[in-house]
Amino acid sequence: MKANKILMSGNEAFGEGAIQAGCQFYAGYPITPQNELIAYMARHMPERNKVFIQAESELAAINMVFGASAAGMRAMTSSSSPGISLKQEGISYMAGSQLPGVIVNVMRGGPGLGNISPSQSDYFQATRGGGHGDYHSIVIAPASVQEAYDFMGLAFDLADKYRNTVIVLGDGILGQMMEPLRLSAANQTPQTEYQKPWALTGCKGRKPNIIRSLYLGDGVLEALNVSLQKKYQLIQQEEARYEGLFLDDAEIILVAYGTMSRISKVVVNNLRDKGKKIGMIRPITLWPFPKKAFSGLPAMCSKLLVVEMSCGQMVEDVRLSVNGKYPVEFLGRAGGGVPAEEEIIEKIESIL
Amino acid sequence: MKKIFSHPVSLRKTSTHYCPGCGHGLCHRLVAEIIDELGIREKTIAIAPVGCAVLAYDYWDFDCTEAAHGRALAVATAIKRVRPENIVFTYQGDGDLAAIGTNETIHTANRGENLTVIFINNAVYGMTGGQMAPTTLLGQKTTTTPLGRQANLQGFPLKVSELLSQLPAVKYIERVSLHSPQEVIKAKKAIKQAFQNQLDNQGFSLVEVLSACPTYWGMPAHKAMSWIKEVMIKEFPLGRIK
Repeated sequence: MKANKILMSGNEAFGEGAIQAGCQFYAGYPITPQNELIAYMARHMPERNKVFIQAESELAAINMVFGASAAGMRAMTSSSSPGISLKQEGISYMAGSQLPGVIVNVMRGGPGLGNISPSQSDYFQATRGGGHGDYHSIVIAPASVQEAYDFMGLAFDLADKYRNTVIVLGDGILGQMMEPLRLSAANQTPQTEYQKPWALTGCKGRKPNIIRSLYLGDGVLEALNVSLQKKYQLIQQEEARYEGLFLDDAEIILVAYGTMSRISKVVVNNLRDKGKKIGMIRPITLWPFPKKAFSGLPAMCSKLLVVEMSCGQMVEDVRLSVNGKYPVEFLGRAGGGVPAEEEIIEKIESIL
Repeated sequence: MKKIFSHPVSLRKTSTHYCPGCGHGLCHRLVAEIIDELGIREKTIAIAPVGCAVLAYDYWDFDCTEAAHGRALAVATAIKRVRPENIVFTYQGDGDLAAIGTNETIHTANRGENLTVIFINNAVYGMTGGQMAPTTLLGQKTTTTPLGRQANLQGFPLKVSELLSQLPAVKYIERVSLHSPQEVIKAKKAIKQAFQNQLDNQGFSLVEVLSACPTYWGMPAHKAMSWIKEVMIKEFPLGRIK
């Protein structure tokens, strides 16, 4: 039998990946460039007897996800940068209540209303918490339509495993471009592995369950924060993921994620063909940031070059990871600008 | 001898954090009695607001969740959609339902979600210390209207129940009060109807409950009851609205 391949946009792949991962509830609000995703869910969730709601606002959408998750369901929302800013309140409440949930951000240019061009300028917001309080969402960055599909299963699994929010961080290019996609439902952990005895189902046969993030008693909230930090430490130990390319003998190592890593990969391969010793680290999880990738760099490595569709956000994590051992250069463009292959090569030549 | 009055099973035996004369305790009890009477405790899921009643789950003995300020009906919508067999209700104050959550309120009602809403109108923000609410009366002094609410600066008291009654998907709206035993009996009847409607899949039902806040109205409890009867009801007339 031929492989089950179809042509799909990244936005649609997020949707189909979520459905294959057992997503039971979706709420969203229209915003470009992720509209194909909400439309995909509007058509395909009800077909499979799952709940779809077009919410009246981003605030309502994320709080619907809060509700569905509190009721024990796999729930998600999606949006693009300005809409994700509005969702921060709900994400913080979900963090405080330890509710799982998946949020897809198809990033566009900012700040403010910005534009509808692709961008990676929400890295800080995604990896540092984004809303109020000491918390982290797990952040996963797909770089292809295939990964947009595959990583939804990972996202729901990690969300349930840790009772944590997971942000799938894409951008307008990934959302809009179409690529061949191999559909498979086999790469997800069965949901039955994640029991949810805390969920609201009605208190028949048990004591009532309470979902809350308000703790007024002396020291109670501090204790909650201590336990959250323990969970975050565990996630940092267990869940950091990255892809390395030519890390055995690289003299210059490019660091890029998502769409930018696709372009960087072309640069690396082309320069390798010309005999230049270039390597690449592509963080797959942005939080936890794969610090380990930077601890065993080859002896000949002289510099790192971080390339982003932003004015320099992930570069801070790279600098923290190498901790002064290597100079870290940066190339970035903002507001919809995308560093091209030639620009990256020019930059590499200038720092060689 | 037959026992004809007892502590509701759905109400925990605990001391109250509410101020003397506050209507929340009374209304919590009415809800608990109704849930007992309808036999739905084991399938009820409540959504507590942000405000004095956020701690409602300390009193009710069934599944509860908090919601962010104003978002109770978004949370409730999702819970009811994914668990239609459960009985889902929100319990919200005037700031939560009619100021920061107005959007959620209107759209949940407009979708005709099969939910029960208990809307406590005490014309003031209680938990934060007595600021102006959307339902604060003209001339009423609060910490943010020290000279009294003025129509030209702060607008008029917002009549959410009347607004919502215009929406075709809304099934039932009634305004009741807790200022006298007779009114409490009527309030219980209305709240019970709002739950019965959900059991019968009738759609969106809301009961607005005029409730005293003696602390931030700056009057003793018995005067607060009289104030509801003589002043507040003129602005917010009681009875079936839809």
